[in-house]
Amino acid sequence: MTDVQASGPVLAADGRPLKRSLARALRRQKLRALMLIAPLLFFVAITFVIPIGSMLFRSIENNIVGDTLPETVLAIASWDSASGELPDEEVYAAFVRDMIVAVKNKTHTRLGSRLNYELAGISSMFRQSGRQVRKWDPVEDAPFRDKLIDVHKGWGEVSTWALIQTYSGPYTSGYFLNAVDLQLTPEGIKLQPEEKRILIKLFIRTLVMSLIITGACILLGYPVAWLLANLPTRKANLLLILVLLPFWTSLLVRTSAWKVMLQQQGVINDVLVWLGFVADDSRLIMINNQFGTIVAMTHILLPFMILPMFSVMQTIPPSYLRAAKSLGATNWTAFWRVYFPQSIPGIGAGCILVFILSIGYYITPEIVGGTKGVFISNRIAYHISSSLNWGLAAALGTILLVVVLMLYWAYDRIVGIDNVKLG
Amino acid sequence: MSAENGSDGFVTFESVQKSYDGETLVVKDLNLSIARGEFLTMLGPSGSGKTTCLMMLAGFETATHGDIRLGGVSINNIPPHKRGIGMVFQNYALFPHMTVAENLSFPLEVRKLDKSEREQKVMRALDMVQMGEFGGRRPAQLSGGQQQRIALARALVFEPELVLMDEPLGALDKQLREHMQFEITKLAHDLGITTVYVTHDQTEALTMSDRVAVFNDGVIQQLAPPDELYEQPTSSFVAQFIGENNALHGEVQSIDGDVAVIKLNSGDLIDAKPVNVSNVGDKTMVSIRPERVEFNMSRLAEGSHTLKAEVLEFVYMGDTFRTRLRVADNDDFIVKTRNAPDQVRLKPGSTVDIGWMPSDCRALDA
Repeated sequence: MTDVQASGPVLAADGRPLKRSLARALRRQKLRALMLIAPLLFFVAITFVIPIGSMLFRSIENNIVGDTLPETVLAIASWDSASGELPDEEVYAAFVRDMIVAVKNKTHTRLGSRLNYELAGISSMFRQSGRQVRKWDPVEDAPFRDKLIDVHKGWGEVSTWALIQTYSGPYTSGYFLNAVDLQLTPEGIKLQPEEKRILIKLFIRTLVMSLIITGACILLGYPVAWLLANLPTRKANLLLILVLLPFWTSLLVRTSAWKVMLQQQGVINDVLVWLGFVADDSRLIMINNQFGTIVAMTHILLPFMILPMFSVMQTIPPSYLRAAKSLGATNWTAFWRVYFPQSIPGIGAGCILVFILSIGYYITPEIVGGTKGVFISNRIAYHISSSLNWGLAAALGTILLVVVLMLYWAYDRIVGIDNVKLG
Repeated sequence: MSAENGSDGFVTFESVQKSYDGETLVVKDLNLSIARGEFLTMLGPSGSGKTTCLMMLAGFETATHGDIRLGGVSINNIPPHKRGIGMVFQNYALFPHMTVAENLSFPLEVRKLDKSEREQKVMRALDMVQMGEFGGRRPAQLSGGQQQRIALARALVFEPELVLMDEPLGALDKQLREHMQFEITKLAHDLGITTVYVTHDQTEALTMSDRVAVFNDGVIQQLAPPDELYEQPTSSFVAQFIGENNALHGEVQSIDGDVAVIKLNSGDLIDAKPVNVSNVGDKTMVSIRPERVEFNMSRLAEGSHTLKAEVLEFVYMGDTFRTRLRVADNDDFIVKTRNAPDQVRLKPGSTVDIGWMPSDCRALDA
């Protein structure tokens, strides 16, 4: 140890900086560790990062207009839709040239479907026109404006062309606007028509119902977790098996079982009628609504609340409660002031698990939710498999992801994420 | 009439029994009376029932039979939080989510004291254990010894008349433990509180207590002040359990007043004081403390029996020498001698004569 070393960078025995020597020494270890997790990294990249990335991208991607109508997009750029006049013949000619190519490649119907999301009816315009345009020659049959309007009078309306112009860019905010009940029109951003404004309502319903389900899980799960943590080992193990039992049953079976229980001719109603609490002609409606969804989902997600609470409660020694009582606290005060605060990390972990699972839940609301009890994820599924509007589905999914991240952040700010313990 | 004075103590156990499973008794017919201001230690091996007794006194276990009284009042049916007994737990049980000051303030809050009075008492209790500046810390930020002090302060802050301590020093290292033994005793005597202390460490019991109750198998084997317990054990269990002890087995050959002649299993004869043997031919365990063995035969009375001993091992311990001997077929006979200028250092392999005053050698039950 010399004074030089003390003031400058510390050197290893061979005179190289100690930091670099250390890094060299650790490199092999790091490399080996990386090799070990490489399969997992690869798997995660393929099955998680790339799909999520492509989903996020799909929600703003809008290449279809530019790819299908390249010349039209160029020609229409200089047209002022606010003038109220139809575009020039030049635009119509470009459109016909593009359409001839598109019809040959059979891509014009896809474009029609895409634009149909924004303007109902435009899809059939593209299909009808495609059949005519196919027979035309781009040079000899000019001019095209009146011919096109003859094929479908929609081509004579300013709004049609304004729509094409609005959506001519490679990226669009249209899907996101649609996802929050707005629409991108040539005149700017506007509210969707009244009857189409359902998504915001669905988002709010999803959040509120998830909160109710999380709350119900806390209320029902806390005593169970407490029992699990405080019973003698043998009994606790038996109870734990009962808690885990639902995991061994198919989700579909459990959900269907609730259908049997809750329907109007179901077990609960039968019992209530038999007991005389409910008249036979006014049986309770407990399924295909929000109540059904909440009951079934609380039941299904309950283990995810109980298990983290249980593992945290297990770490709280019973001597704390005894100490509190010896200091003069009643049973309730001892629980509320001493035991409960120490169990909060478990509640936090359970809440995060249950809330995040329920906010994206699909099967159960689909089966027992009817129309009033469905979640935003059911809408996403509809757009992916039925309406094939993947852009909108992607935008909805992205918003859901952002909402969850924001809630997670808020939780971290309020409760602190290091207060979450799984055991 | 005050029930506390006279024969009844401040705390009394009256034929108390406790069973957990309905088949075996953990505590068998316990009768114990603790005077006001007394420091009583319950000492015993694990499973001897001492902690159960403490828990019954604190109210966390109910007595299966019998009566426990505090200040003359039966507390069998009083819940723990109404007994007003301070308690220090084995692992301190300081609430981890509260600061030190909040921990101390807790018993005062549940007693609905107003804020200024609470702060004053918390400060006083913290000063009492020399932890005045630590009020804002969390228990996890304190060392074991500091946590111990806080636990003590918390048990005392609401000024209970009775404090229970359940092996409170078990987790501390030796030096700190000895220091805390002294502090706890001093505090208890200064404040004049009655203390019931549970431990399995006999040194702790001997150095701290006014009286020690030695538990074994659910029964108090001996209840006596430390010196009496050490010097005059009344049973072989106590003799073995308290301090270091040399045991020799044999049977009584003759009894003459305070001196009995014991014929050891090896055939040797020795003198001993009969304690709980009364008939010739009784099997007995003779107990002699390592520091009461005598090498200098001139100090013994005329006609005393002596034994030949072979030196097996000599250990230098600083203040004492510890010599292991083979005496009457016992390979584990320990002799402790003070390190003094005229003291002989016995060589392993050599043979010496040993003896003792009959009063230092107690013939106990076998």
